[in-house]
Amino acid sequence: MWNEEFHKTGSMIRFLLKRDRLRLPVWILSLVFLTMITAYSFTDLYSSQGERQALAETMQNPAMTAMVGPGFGLENYTIGAMMAHQMLLFSAILVAIMNILIIVRHTRTDEEEGRIELIRSLPVGRASSLAAAMLVLLAANVLLALITGIGLYSLGTESMDLNGSLLYGAALGSAGLFFSAVTALFAQLSQHSRGTVGYSMAILGFSYILRAIGDVSNETLSWFSPLGWATGTKAFVDNDWWPVVLACAMSIFIAAGALYLNRLRDVGSGFLPSKPGKKHASNGLLSPLGLSLRLQRTSIISWAIGMYLLGVSYGSVLGDLEAFFASSDMMNEMLPAVEGLSLTEQFLTMIMAVISMICTVPALLFMLKVKGEEKQGRTEHLLARSVSRWKLLGSYALPSFFFSFVMVLLAVTGLWSAAYSTMEDPVSFYSLFKGAMVYLPAIWVMIGTAIFLIGFFPALTSLSLFYLAYSFFIVYLGGMMQFPEWLSNLSPFGYVPQIPMEEFDLTAVLLLLLTAVTLSTAGFAGYRNRDSTG
Amino acid sequence: MTVLHTRNLTKKFGKFTALNGVDLEVNSGEVVGFIGPNGAGKSTAIRILLGIIKPTSGEAQIFGRNVWKDAVDIHAKVAYVPGDVNLWPNLTGGEVIDLFMKLRGGLNKSRRDALIQRFNLDPSKKCRTYSKGNRQKIALIAAFASDADLYILDEPTSGLDPLMEKVFQECVLEAKAAGKSILLSSHILSEVEKLCDRIAIIRQGVIIESGTLEELRHLTRTQLLVKTQHTITDLQEMIGVYDIETNEHGALSFQIDSEALDSVIKHVSQFGLIKLESSPPTLEDLFMKHYEVNKDASKTGAGGVS
Repeated sequence: MWNEEFHKTGSMIRFLLKRDRLRLPVWILSLVFLTMITAYSFTDLYSSQGERQALAETMQNPAMTAMVGPGFGLENYTIGAMMAHQMLLFSAILVAIMNILIIVRHTRTDEEEGRIELIRSLPVGRASSLAAAMLVLLAANVLLALITGIGLYSLGTESMDLNGSLLYGAALGSAGLFFSAVTALFAQLSQHSRGTVGYSMAILGFSYILRAIGDVSNETLSWFSPLGWATGTKAFVDNDWWPVVLACAMSIFIAAGALYLNRLRDVGSGFLPSKPGKKHASNGLLSPLGLSLRLQRTSIISWAIGMYLLGVSYGSVLGDLEAFFASSDMMNEMLPAVEGLSLTEQFLTMIMAVISMICTVPALLFMLKVKGEEKQGRTEHLLARSVSRWKLLGSYALPSFFFSFVMVLLAVTGLWSAAYSTMEDPVSFYSLFKGAMVYLPAIWVMIGTAIFLIGFFPALTSLSLFYLAYSFFIVYLGGMMQFPEWLSNLSPFGYVPQIPMEEFDLTAVLLLLLTAVTLSTAGFAGYRNRDSTG
Repeated sequence: MTVLHTRNLTKKFGKFTALNGVDLEVNSGEVVGFIGPNGAGKSTAIRILLGIIKPTSGEAQIFGRNVWKDAVDIHAKVAYVPGDVNLWPNLTGGEVIDLFMKLRGGLNKSRRDALIQRFNLDPSKKCRTYSKGNRQKIALIAAFASDADLYILDEPTSGLDPLMEKVFQECVLEAKAAGKSILLSSHILSEVEKLCDRIAIIRQGVIIESGTLEELRHLTRTQLLVKTQHTITDLQEMIGVYDIETNEHGALSFQIDSEALDSVIKHVSQFGLIKLESSPPTLEDLFMKHYEVNKDASKTGAGGVS
């Protein structure tokens, strides 16, 4: 039986390592690098205990706990405690994603593409490819844990001792291991690779939410979440190893389950019924606009949630900002004092610019989708039927303009709701709303630029994203780097009046609107008159 | 009545001339075959007819209207099936069929369901799981279920199995019987031979031959196989006789021009016929003839001989 199942697993491991000779090292090294660079910059930015304690103050609110996890050692907020509090959870999520993607790639994706069938026709054990994938990921997680642990220790920071550093690494590795096993299990249950990724990611998301609720209200709940185990190690504070042991034990248990199910089923089949899709279209889909919305539905919803959370994350730190600003040299550089305005208000104007530019990303992506569709040869289905060019382009432009507004609104709502619950003297929703909405004309100029490029230079549409990146760079870092004025004037965001720091400037806003309208109109005309490539 | 016609249609992509003065005509109730090697300009011509790309010069009209300016109105009565059907991976086949039908206008559910059955398609699957043939079926179902007057089909059967190809041919003949017009670009010459009233052959952006299959055959030689009691003499001196060969059974095989048929048969029958086989040129012969000429021409650099 052993031979039937696992013959040539060693060869499969070598084959798998060969296929992933770049993918695995890149993942592992980037994750280690991320941890190291954060630890290093924490050491650099928060060198004094006073600064760290001030930061700890801003972290003590439910919104922050829900987002990054429970703060252990907040009363003595060392660099180590900061790492375990602010970085461990997010790193664990990234490690989990790495495991999910790589396991799927070597199990269900290979099976779906018919490669497993090819391998099984050779004298190779039935479970060899599954076992090989899990063993390689086990090695990868152990390696990641060790490198991270030794790397953190080697920084020589007083609060990061060898035991804590290794535990930090092990917490990451064991979380990764757990999700590799979960994914291997879903690769047996679901018949498609997309389903496998979907279910595994859903477990990851559920773990995060379960832990968030648990951390805020009931600690026991967090112990049912694999991500709660990672933060539960209290690395660098209490150094508790048993959550790591728990995660490893659970992983072995689930992996054995995956191997058992693999034995029971036929190649290509799964245990979960694959749900047949709709036989007929609903009325909502039956128009170019309906199609465009349907194609981008998932993306729109994800971005909407993301923008709300972005607002919440900024809002949740507003509470104790003043104290923090007073002690941060870097922030003082970025925000020179202005008469009559609190530092919080100044900080708000800066984050409004940042938020509005981040909200531009989904709007641009919705717009550029029409170019992607053309490239895939799918716009011809519409153009060859009774759909005009303007209607087609409009079905992407309209949602793009509209959702830019929705995204900004959601971010502001998130900002306000978090600020409301953490600040003693909360900022009014209206003033936040005004400060953010004044950026809409600039966002629309960016969309207009994209439409213009689609109409006249379809090969260069990605320039609009570079233009946004440039704007971000100039506006975000402009204050600190002392760039000359004309550089920021090249970006539409450079013209937006920064309320409440500056007066509302009607002329600038109108000029931006005019530019957006001109660019869009020209783009529509260009699109009407050019050859479509597909 | 002319449904579709182009005059001197020319399209240049930069310096490359994809179409060079193409004249094409489809009359009401007619099936026109549009054949030519890959890269000859078939799809370019079709994309111009659909208003997806703009001609550099010349005119193209469908239902007497300009294909670029009046594209949207024209398309209400045109059904198009591309050769390479790219679909949205996360929509189901059924959803795409409904969308395609609705975008033209009107959704005839009974016709749709009958065609789904005839083409044996499972419409509940996501497009990402369909093979090339199944994706083509989706476009074909949406096209034939619609109430179009003109069908433009660009290599619509390249991925279909022989059974489905037969269903396709039935659909074309039914449409023709209902008085619809069809422009069929295809590589499968037997299919064109079977379905089309007229044929246009395009090569390097130029229409080099067009007419009914009969007319085209007239331009080409017939293959004869003859066995006689007595040895045939003086055959090689006759006008319009080519490539005489004697096979191992003592029979003669040769090609003759259509005009020479009468005199050659009279001459040959003097020798006591035992066996006479005549095979008319297939479309493939016609096609290959032009193709071979093209190859020779490019070798010698002498230019078009046709």
